[in-house]
Amino acid sequence: MALLNDLLNLNLSDHTEKIIAEYIWIGGSGMDMRSKARTISKPVSSPSELPKWNYDGSSTGQAPGEDSEVIIYPQAIFKDPFRGGNNILVMCDCYTPQGEPIPTNKRHNAAKIFSNPEVAAEEPWYGIEQEYTLLQKDVNWPLGWPVGGFPGPQGPYYCAAGADKAFGRDIVDAHYKACLYAGINISGINGEVMPGQWEFQVGPSVGIAAADQVWVARYILERITEKAGVVLSFDPKPIMGDWNGAGAHTNYSTKSMREEGGYEIIKKAIEKLGLRHKEHIAAYGEGNERRLTGRHETADINTFKWGVANRGASIRVGRDTEKEGKGYFEDRRPASNMDPYVVTSMIAETTLLWKPT
Amino acid sequence: MALLNDLINMNLSDHTEKIIAEYVWVGGSGMDMRSKARTISKPVSSPSELPKWNYDGSSTGQAPGEDSEVILYPQAIFKDPFRGGNNILVMCDCYTPQGEPIPTNKRNNAAKIFSHPDVVAEETWFGIEQEYTLLQKDVNWPLGWPVGGYPGPQGPYYCAIGADKAFGRDIVDAHYKACLYAGINISGINGEVMPGQWEFQVGPSVGIEAGDQMWIARYILERITEIAGVVLSFDPKPIPGDWNGAGAHTNYSTKSMREEGGYEVIKKAIEKLGLRHKEHIAAYGEGNERRLTGRHETADINTFKWGVANRGASIRVGRDTEKEGKGYFEDRRPASNMDPYVVTAMITETTLLWKQN
Repeated sequence: MALLNDLLNLNLSDHTEKIIAEYIWIGGSGMDMRSKARTISKPVSSPSELPKWNYDGSSTGQAPGEDSEVIIYPQAIFKDPFRGGNNILVMCDCYTPQGEPIPTNKRHNAAKIFSNPEVAAEEPWYGIEQEYTLLQKDVNWPLGWPVGGFPGPQGPYYCAAGADKAFGRDIVDAHYKACLYAGINISGINGEVMPGQWEFQVGPSVGIAAADQVWVARYILERITEKAGVVLSFDPKPIMGDWNGAGAHTNYSTKSMREEGGYEIIKKAIEKLGLRHKEHIAAYGEGNERRLTGRHETADINTFKWGVANRGASIRVGRDTEKEGKGYFEDRRPASNMDPYVVTSMIAETTLLWKPT
Repeated sequence: MALLNDLINMNLSDHTEKIIAEYVWVGGSGMDMRSKARTISKPVSSPSELPKWNYDGSSTGQAPGEDSEVILYPQAIFKDPFRGGNNILVMCDCYTPQGEPIPTNKRNNAAKIFSHPDVVAEETWFGIEQEYTLLQKDVNWPLGWPVGGYPGPQGPYYCAIGADKAFGRDIVDAHYKACLYAGINISGINGEVMPGQWEFQVGPSVGIEAGDQMWIARYILERITEIAGVVLSFDPKPIPGDWNGAGAHTNYSTKSMREEGGYEVIKKAIEKLGLRHKEHIAAYGEGNERRLTGRHETADINTFKWGVANRGASIRVGRDTEKEGKGYFEDRRPASNMDPYVVTAMITETTLLWKQN
């Protein structure tokens, strides 16, 4: 085992029962992902078998220096595509030593909403389309773009192939397989309209699992871009001007929407969302006003409108759904830097629990 | 799985039954290829087992933004040489939500022609010789040519070897094996007369398969040039002056042509093609007038002539065919950027279905 790679790819299970668990959490900005690893004495099959842990919250803007311990509770486990074997990734959320969720812990409230009996009965499904941009290291200019200049205008790049049209496919393909390996319900990938921008989709996942999976998928993506020497950006409008922004369109359905007569339920749900447009927008990601301009396949941030097959709407209903009278709809408002715990639970809350006064 | 390549080359079948299907289609220009991937729950053996899908036609010039869904119908599957395992490439064609082929869908009409009983009975075979040019990225100057200048004149490059004569063989050889792996009936490759230009041949294939296989072979080629950091061009005359153009000579035969007395059937077919020369030329590729000059092994675009072993003719009949009294002939008119669905269907229609008045 002479090379670094030989050591990295060592199959631990040949030598020990111990496994490595990488605990992952969200840091103080609400978007920065953090992780650290610990040895566990033997393989586990459920997060409940893992111990709670803690980290230095004063180093992530989540606790003061004199009282810096933040406790992390394991919530979901996935196979570790980087360490292989029985090693795992553990999605966690953060609490004070007294057991209170810290302010940046958005999972806790989402879990409450998803365990509300009225919500649980409706089995809310989510399919999240996560867009992101790859940037060249050090210059932070999109991958494939000439430094100091711009590529030809949008048109040729969406779903394209070719050295002059697709930049960074290695990262995207490695991510697809790594997520499938990890047990994430990744349903597809595609090259986006802006060169250097890509998208992956996670779902359909039920309730809180959707957001757990999106966060771990984001984590795996950033670990892969780290290997590739490329910078990952979830900024909703990375380049100003005639260049598409990056969103996290959230597809949603409930049991009633998926059954006969579902289309009427969908229309009622969309109506409720329209009544809380401002509240949702406020929670749908920082900087979204730079993206939701009414151009580049978005609806203006101050406007709420919905339509069938309409990519310029806030909410789009697919033609299949209209035709079959049941299905799902797509909330196109969330930005790429949205918190999936917030967005998924808020859509569930507004459509299933909230009553207009 | 420490390296990016370990993840990209991961054998998914060791970990899940799920497969990845890359849906491929022809975009709004009629030559741009697009693709995106989705997860399928388990391996499939026929396109009929795959779901229809859809894409954003407003991003490829194939639909307006307010009604942007274009539906993809899976038509042919091939093994995916990039993802390996049970993963697949799926050649699709495009329809409106109402089930009508969109204007750029040339396959639908070709499929109609190829399922006509008179045509089916004649078992039309096609062998297509796809020429293409490799260009250096960013400067878009042919691979191996000095930037700002020209290589020595044509002569030494056709089927040659050597660092000063053959540019990009890696791409060509990788493509050859990838196509065989995928299940494409690739019959050969050669270096062309212009340096940096190559050719591969697909066939003999029956009916609509010729078009399906050629499009997927083109897709695989562009994916490979993307990996190699080289730009792929199907322009029919990439460099003006004393440099060969690029064509897609289409070899053709029917059951009757392949049997005793076939040579007479061939001559009658060529006669019919001569009567529809203008219509065929109009459908044989944009920019062909820059290539069909009467020089560089072409016939002038306004002239229809045929001959045995004549590379300056519109249609060439091989000496073997003449000697044995049966065989096939070569339509040398199509440009490298022709649509194989259009060309194969049109040759068939003119020679088997069309009646002159």
